[in-house]
Amino acid sequence: MKVTYNTYTTKQTKAAPLAVFRVLFGFMMLASIIRFWANGWIQTLYIEPTFAFSYYGFDWLPLLGNYTYLLFFICGLAAFSIAIGYQYRIAIIVFFLSFTYIELLDKTTYLNHYYFISCLSFLLIFLPANCYYSIDALRLKKIRAKNVSAWTINSIKALLCIVYLYAGLAKLNSDWLLEAMPLQIWLPSKYDVPLLGNMLQKQWVHYAFSWGGAFYDLFIPFLLLYKPTRSIAFVLVVIFHLLTRVLFPIGMFPYIMIISTLIFFNAHFHERILLFFSAILKRLSIFNRVSFLEVNRATNYKIAPYVVGLFITVQLLLPFRYLMYPGELFWTEEGYRFSWRVMLMEKAGYAQFIVKNTKTGTQFAVNNSDFLTSFQEKQMSTQPDFILEYAHYLGTHFKSQGHKNIAVHVESYVALNGRLSQPFINPEVNLLDIEDTFKHKDWILEFNDTIQGI
Amino acid sequence: MKKNFIYVLSCFLLIVVACGEDDSSEQAPSDNFDRGALLVNWADNIIMPGYDNLAITLTTLEVATQGFIDAPTSVSLEEVRSSWLASYLAFQRVSMFELGRAETLNYRNRLNVYPTNTSEIEGYISSNSWNLELPSTIDSQGFPAIDYLLYGLGTDQELLDKYTIGANASSYKMYLLDLVTTMQTLTNEVSSDWANGFRQTYVANTSSSASGAVDQTVNVFLYYYEKALRAGKVGIPAGVFSGTPLPQNVESLHNEFVSKQLLLEALSATVSFFNGEGFSSDFPGNGFGLNTYLDTLNSVKDGSDLSVLINNQFVVAFDKIDLLDDSFVSQISNDNLKMLGAYDELQRNVILMKVDMLQALSIDVDYIDADGD
Repeated sequence: MKVTYNTYTTKQTKAAPLAVFRVLFGFMMLASIIRFWANGWIQTLYIEPTFAFSYYGFDWLPLLGNYTYLLFFICGLAAFSIAIGYQYRIAIIVFFLSFTYIELLDKTTYLNHYYFISCLSFLLIFLPANCYYSIDALRLKKIRAKNVSAWTINSIKALLCIVYLYAGLAKLNSDWLLEAMPLQIWLPSKYDVPLLGNMLQKQWVHYAFSWGGAFYDLFIPFLLLYKPTRSIAFVLVVIFHLLTRVLFPIGMFPYIMIISTLIFFNAHFHERILLFFSAILKRLSIFNRVSFLEVNRATNYKIAPYVVGLFITVQLLLPFRYLMYPGELFWTEEGYRFSWRVMLMEKAGYAQFIVKNTKTGTQFAVNNSDFLTSFQEKQMSTQPDFILEYAHYLGTHFKSQGHKNIAVHVESYVALNGRLSQPFINPEVNLLDIEDTFKHKDWILEFNDTIQGI
Repeated sequence: MKKNFIYVLSCFLLIVVACGEDDSSEQAPSDNFDRGALLVNWADNIIMPGYDNLAITLTTLEVATQGFIDAPTSVSLEEVRSSWLASYLAFQRVSMFELGRAETLNYRNRLNVYPTNTSEIEGYISSNSWNLELPSTIDSQGFPAIDYLLYGLGTDQELLDKYTIGANASSYKMYLLDLVTTMQTLTNEVSSDWANGFRQTYVANTSSSASGAVDQTVNVFLYYYEKALRAGKVGIPAGVFSGTPLPQNVESLHNEFVSKQLLLEALSATVSFFNGEGFSSDFPGNGFGLNTYLDTLNSVKDGSDLSVLINNQFVVAFDKIDLLDDSFVSQISNDNLKMLGAYDELQRNVILMKVDMLQALSIDVDYIDADGD
């Protein structure tokens, strides 16, 4: 066992794919930060709201106000530093921390692909991605190497395979496959997409997209891993992600996935890309001349394979935590996040909070727009943990206003995947009596339908 | 390998090309619901005739006000009062369309913030100086301010005295006239903006994004229904948001006996808009409305169409409102439970429209990256 482990962790492969990945990842992240900034979202999502929804256990993280811009600047600078491979180790750690900090500021903006970036940048901390075609490698002879341990590149492939495979498994449910939901709601609303607009109105197209999407996610990892099908798989990757780019507001994600899947191609391919870089930037051709060690000798990586192994194991297990909860996953969303469940639900909700005086019996309703942005209100009204956190915020707010003996109740309705809206949270429950935990939330009302599947 | 590389490069080119394309003008109708026709119906048969009609009633109001100022008598007073009510009712049919110029002007609030600030109004009048363009005067103008000046100054005789022998008589007259002409100016501005170009931009903006005209109109419509109609006209005065009833917050406080009439007009305007019914027999409408849009999308819920569910709920709300006193002040003081009952039925349609209808139409709230999870 020890022997196999050693063989595996010491097996060497060309460093070119890792170097290309680092460069493209860095520039993609820089572009993402610039795009986010240019859209004015730092202001509207992180500075304007008076209240932010925090992740469980992270409510101590301070909001930064105008310094949020500085955080984004640091994150962008780190991304650039990663791309050019300057002080890579520090840059990737700073990037991971600053990017994750941004995501932790407000879970309203949670997206699977932001989580993917956090995972990927965490992984990259432990990989010697700066040993080739980087400023670090130019400056420091001891970290230069043409080869790296094979597990480093394989760990990136493994993460990508998990993302696709789990996204595919999550689609194996009756709403997706038998009702073509939520695509049956989303696609017709894209009536103005050139060429496709009219097709998107037809029901068979909704089914074709649903089944096609499920098959794509389930099989693309294998098609990418298997050499004879790799090229055709990449064509599928490009088509699939461009289609999602045209149809859905998912920003940079399609490009990030397209770029990331290049890692499956062999070293020759990546060396050609590097030659291409050299052709543009003549100075880079020095990498073809300076002497390179055949083996990456960096000593501080001993612990890395263990950390990465543990990380991949957690990734494999985490999405299945929903099995520990009773009730319908889509309805309660207990164990829903961080599981690559992408585009599975169309959920709309309405939550009217009632503040009651338990002594006098008087009550009044809360105007959500006094406290939340429309985007926060939309996210809050369909997710129980948001509702609870907001109720506590309201409780604190109205207590500080001098209200006494208060209880906070909510009358809420949610419509899921085209079903008629139905009551969501038990209106009898005083939400101030409840603390958020990882235990089952029994104050969520029963879902009056069944969704079969994984 | 080289082939491979070229082909990956060409994939990237494809990406770049795909990024570059945006709304191209290619539009073919066929079995797509015709949003252009929907927008035409809203603009030509509902919104623009509504503003035109309001402008006409405001002209009548202006003439009557002029007559009243020239000779304040109980006869001329009744004339201003009745033309005020006529234009207030006409306003209820356009109040929801906070689009284009109306949005930039903050039109609804300029015409109808209530309760009106009577002490501020008295202050302006006694100092004989005011500027209705200032945002701070928003609660001292529009229909509620006129309501105060026509009904809130004591008995009819006391009121007439203020305009004739009172110390600030001329100031009262000027303020009243300024209120009326300001509403006229604002309405004409909105109306002529629609006539001169905005209508064309509007009906052509069939984009499916959050900035598309259908999305925007539905969003302002729902905002109006939830905040201005359900909360403003019923919920707030009934004390839903304060714990204690606030009868002083009813629409038309000083002539309290028309508060129910104003609500009924607003609700019937809401129902007409939902069903795409034209403004009058001169503008019969082309049959395109949110109801037919929902029917096309075939949003069957609970065994019946969503559009039917929503219309049925409107009927229930009407029935509850019919039980109310003409004056909401006395209704709230005497039997607020009935007022709350009407609120509850209006509220049910907030859920059906904001949750179920928005989901069926797949309308976005904002432009933000979101992948539905």
